[in-house]
Amino acid sequence: MIREKDRRNALFDVFNYAFIGVLGFVALAPMLNLFAISFSDNSAVMGGYVTFWPVNFTLENYAVIFKSPAIYRAFSVTVQRTVLGVVISQFLTIITAYPLAKSAREFKGRNIFVWLFVFTMLFEGGLIPFFMVIRSLGLLNTIWALIVPGVSAWSVILLMNFFKEVPQELEEAAVLDGANHWQILWKIYVPLSIPALATLTLFAAVWHWNAWFDGMIFMTDPNNYPLQTYLRTVVIDLNSSALQMDVRQIDALSQRALRGAMIFVTTIPIMILYPFLQRYFVTGIKLGAVKG
Amino acid sequence: MYRLKPKTVAYLRRNWMLYLMLLPTLVLFIIFSYYPMYGLVMAFQKFNPGLGFFKSPWVGMGNFERLLNSPTFPRVVGNTLIIATAKLVTGQITAIFLALLFNEIRVVWYKRLIQNFLYMPHFLSWVVLGGILMEILAPMGLIGKLQQAIGIEPIVFLGSNTWFRPTVIITNLWKEAGWGMIIYLAALTALDPVLYEAAAIDGADRFQRIWYISIPGILPTIILVAALSLGDILQGGFDQIFNLYNPTVYQTGDIIDTFVYRMGLVQAQYGLAAAAGLFKSVIGFLLIIVSYKIAEKYAGYKIF
Repeated sequence: MIREKDRRNALFDVFNYAFIGVLGFVALAPMLNLFAISFSDNSAVMGGYVTFWPVNFTLENYAVIFKSPAIYRAFSVTVQRTVLGVVISQFLTIITAYPLAKSAREFKGRNIFVWLFVFTMLFEGGLIPFFMVIRSLGLLNTIWALIVPGVSAWSVILLMNFFKEVPQELEEAAVLDGANHWQILWKIYVPLSIPALATLTLFAAVWHWNAWFDGMIFMTDPNNYPLQTYLRTVVIDLNSSALQMDVRQIDALSQRALRGAMIFVTTIPIMILYPFLQRYFVTGIKLGAVKG
Repeated sequence: MYRLKPKTVAYLRRNWMLYLMLLPTLVLFIIFSYYPMYGLVMAFQKFNPGLGFFKSPWVGMGNFERLLNSPTFPRVVGNTLIIATAKLVTGQITAIFLALLFNEIRVVWYKRLIQNFLYMPHFLSWVVLGGILMEILAPMGLIGKLQQAIGIEPIVFLGSNTWFRPTVIITNLWKEAGWGMIIYLAALTALDPVLYEAAAIDGADRFQRIWYISIPGILPTIILVAALSLGDILQGGFDQIFNLYNPTVYQTGDIIDTFVYRMGLVQAQYGLAAAAGLFKSVIGFLLIIVSYKIAEKYAGYKIF
């Protein structure tokens, strides 16, 4: 019966909308809880009274964090590595993807070069030899250890595939006008690939912002830790002395509330960029994954 | 004197820039990817950082014998396989399930809003997520209070060998399952709406539409993702495990990558750690090749 079918569909919709809503809430709940904790005072957090709304609202946790010199230092390391890392890796990705996007007839040796890059996606030396290489090059404890190895073969291949779609006629017209490869790349290929480049840039920026392991192993001096590595010593290793604050000051606060505030401070840039990130990352997934 | 053919000269005059453009990245890859691959020779050495890859004394298969004879390494490989496989299977099933449900939602703002919530953890590092988890799993934390409310004994999720793996698997879903559905949603959007209209005329209800149109429609994508995930069954997820585990749960939670880190960079057993890394790289390489072959054969997939 038609009526029976409509009833089943309506029932499905009710359950579906409710279920999806609950899932959305569950995914967000841990963040909401911590957010509320970061604005609550010591006694309320330790007593377990905070759920999704601050109890005994206070800004003291954030005030303490913004007084700690260590967090500014770590923040500045992360900003440096992110800016330098993204600019350098994007520039190199662009000038590498261009020759690789040529046919093997136009660019002799092209197939071998592509394989050299692809092979690094299939096989790796792994952590220990990589560490030894960084060490033997004297890059330990320098910001270059966090930046120079950052060109991703995956991005190069993705951009190469994107460059291949650039209409040949445009390029031929430019050649007739006397343009060389460098000019063709920057005047034709790059402007036509802005969406792909925006996606790759955001990927690289988020990667640099979130990276913590390289900072932990390559920076022998904790004063050079990037933000996420520094955050790790505070929230995972629970090392409050890393905050470099007066002990009495820490005791007066809930360390848990302090850690909550710390986590949010390091996440602010991601949250601000989130609407863009979301959109471009979704594009990126579709560019990279859904082929063939 | 050897002279270049005129054709070659013309070719080079036109295209030398292409080689120059490729050069910097090629050099970086030789230093940071290929040199470490050569460095894997240390798996067969008693490696001494002062002597380097070239001068450290050789020990043949000694490191591998020690690895395979120790009780730890086989356990670590087992943990890796169990955790990685469980994550892949639960992750894909959840992602497919979510995509099918989201595809039935017609209220666009509601769909977008909830997608935003589900994608959020994907953009945060495991340091941040680990910090949040330690907080909500702490005594009197969010989860503890929930358990109290429904009247069950509080569980120490991150300090128990019974609960560590389930915690890893579920928190992995929290971070990645929402994100994982994107590829299936894209495949569903690409399906011809005429199919659904025809089904509606024939009297199909929601369940029948999902069962007879949506699922067969995304089957190629499911096969492709499944084939490609084969290459990941040695990826236990270093970032996640490292930020959640502790010595109490090494027995069930220690994976190859965390083992390599501790052996190599904490205990300075370089040769042994590199041997474990080589083991993972070689098997991982073979798995990826097989997975690409399968993906190519059954889903027409090509990387470039």
